[in-house]
Amino acid sequence: MQLFATSLLNGVTYGLLLFMLSAGLTLIFSMMGVLNFAHASFYMLGAYFGYVVSTRIGFYPALVVAPLLVGAIGALVERYGLRRAHASGHVPELLFTFGLAFVIEEAVRLVWGSLPVPYKVPASLDGPLFTLYSATFPTYKAFMMGVSVAMLVALYAGLTRTRAGLVIRAALSRPDMVEALGHNVPKVFMLVFGGGAALAGLAGVIGGNAFVTEPAMAEALGPIVFVVVVVGGLGSLAGAFVASLFIGIVQTFAVAIDYSIVGRISVSQVAPVLPYLIMVAILIVRPRGLLGTRES
Amino acid sequence: MRTRSALRAVACAFAVLATSAFAQVKIAYIDPLSGLMAATGEHGLRELEFAAEGINAKGGVLGQKLEIVPMDNKLSPQESLIVLKNAIDQGVHYIVQGNGSSVAGALIDAVNKNNERDPSHAVVFLNYAAVDPDFTNDKCSFWHFRFDANSDMKMEALTSYMKGDKNLHKVYILNQDYQFGHQVARAAREMITAKRPDVQIVGEELHPLAKVKDFSPYVTKIQASGADSVVTGNWGSDLQLLVKAAKDANLKADFFTYYAGVVGTPPALGDSGVDRVKVVTYWNSNAVSPAYEPYIDAYKKKFGATSDPYTGAMRLALTYLTDAMKKANSTEPAKVARAMEGMKEEGPFGSTEMRAADHQLIQPLFVLTFAKAGGALKNTADGTTDYSFKQDIKLDGPATARPTSCKMQRPS
Repeated sequence: MQLFATSLLNGVTYGLLLFMLSAGLTLIFSMMGVLNFAHASFYMLGAYFGYVVSTRIGFYPALVVAPLLVGAIGALVERYGLRRAHASGHVPELLFTFGLAFVIEEAVRLVWGSLPVPYKVPASLDGPLFTLYSATFPTYKAFMMGVSVAMLVALYAGLTRTRAGLVIRAALSRPDMVEALGHNVPKVFMLVFGGGAALAGLAGVIGGNAFVTEPAMAEALGPIVFVVVVVGGLGSLAGAFVASLFIGIVQTFAVAIDYSIVGRISVSQVAPVLPYLIMVAILIVRPRGLLGTRES
Repeated sequence: MRTRSALRAVACAFAVLATSAFAQVKIAYIDPLSGLMAATGEHGLRELEFAAEGINAKGGVLGQKLEIVPMDNKLSPQESLIVLKNAIDQGVHYIVQGNGSSVAGALIDAVNKNNERDPSHAVVFLNYAAVDPDFTNDKCSFWHFRFDANSDMKMEALTSYMKGDKNLHKVYILNQDYQFGHQVARAAREMITAKRPDVQIVGEELHPLAKVKDFSPYVTKIQASGADSVVTGNWGSDLQLLVKAAKDANLKADFFTYYAGVVGTPPALGDSGVDRVKVVTYWNSNAVSPAYEPYIDAYKKKFGATSDPYTGAMRLALTYLTDAMKKANSTEPAKVARAMEGMKEEGPFGSTEMRAADHQLIQPLFVLTFAKAGGALKNTADGTTDYSFKQDIKLDGPATARPTSCKMQRPS
């Protein structure tokens, strides 16, 4: 029972963190059709900016400042790089973001070195929140969960309940019409890309100190984010949310199971590979993902 | 007058050119300088270059200077073989590598083949950290010399400490799912059962290498098993995140580790590791002999007060190499390798010996505990000023030696 309860809690926590990471990517893909390989790099930039800002003026200001900085960089990338690549089609676009990921990683290495930086959880959020059986649950994790849920609510409300959201969605499916109505479609795209980057940046500020802030963090996290987006359904925000929780819980419970499948290989041993297995299975059985709307 | 001084300058420049172009002992450093493990690779390079500078400042060896040639292998065995070929083409006869037994294994094979085929371009492999026991047992090679203790020797030392640890009742074995992790798990199981039959092994687990972001599920499992100690060969982020998750969940267990001291780990452990994380190592910066103190001071002066030269194998390897060259009065690889066999050197913590039977360095080993710095703990752990390692036990060389199954094939 204890194992079950704590595992469930761990699974939900991990799932919400995954959602925080993949929300921006889903947003960009659903609105612009761009599969952004550099998404995890924006996450890393968020972590480093968060580290720098929090050592200067504190962690809470960093929660706002760092994502804005990352968002600004994202907007510039869209305006002066991606937009040009976009003109030549999807493949150059993909290659552009792919190359960008390497550029950002090397830039981070040049500025901050290849060692992890001492980015710490603020004292006010450090420590246990409550005790479940003998295990304590850290306050910071609860904070992460809160931010993740808030992100989902804000994104959903913003896209479906506001005028700006209406224009953004319209610009995706009927760009010519929206332009004819007097809206600046390229600017909308720039804002969406910047916004997606800012969300990744926010995840970085929060995830950077919970885990380790180092130049390799983007490379380590890139694949799992794509799994979430593919399983949830490319472009579906709700799908990404469901997929994150699903993967988080499945993976956590798999670790807890000692039952061996073949010979010496146990379920717990394959746990971290499970998300990728799920992705492959989903692509075979239901290519559009759990809640995806389109076929491709 | 003026022409004469100009001539002299030209002559000087020529002399410098001549020595640098013709009389260098080139040592290729083949390790990751980019990618996930770049930080460890760069730290190793820094220590190797620092040690070489020290030797060069004293006139080098046999009138020649040591030149370190850094080569990035991206932690990949295939890449390493390309890089090795490249090094051989450049006239390199000595290579240094340490990160990853998979890489070291590939290099040993390649070096063996190369030296047999083309003895005039023979290569000697100085291994400073790849700890797979096979390299000095069944797969031993005349051209390979290991300056780190192998993973079985380290487990021997750890379990020697456990023997007297009264708090130890239930052990959980958690490792990365690859060659090295398997070796640690096997050695831990065997040696704990042999030395402490009363201790119960309550769980054994393998997780993929460098893929786990959140260790809470593993910590939950360890907690549920009731373990009071965790034995792990984890390194890098796999160790840092494990200890962090343990602290978050308030897991009250000691961690017996191999790599708590390596680059980036002490600062990441922070308070969560104090008194809790133990490490088996050949390096204990607060116990160096007086003769070695200036070395540490000079290193800190050059790289900053938070730096600790914990890869002592670099300096020791170069000491062995240059003394073997002097003994053989040659820089020819086969002669130097032969001279290095059975050599003895006074290391920073006592006497060491390059065992002739298997080319495994026999040296003192320590079990240390992560602690707050201060008092007698003058030198701090790498990357911090607040933390250090305090000594639990020291085992002298002979106490760490293990029998070898090596049947050394020496070139005739």
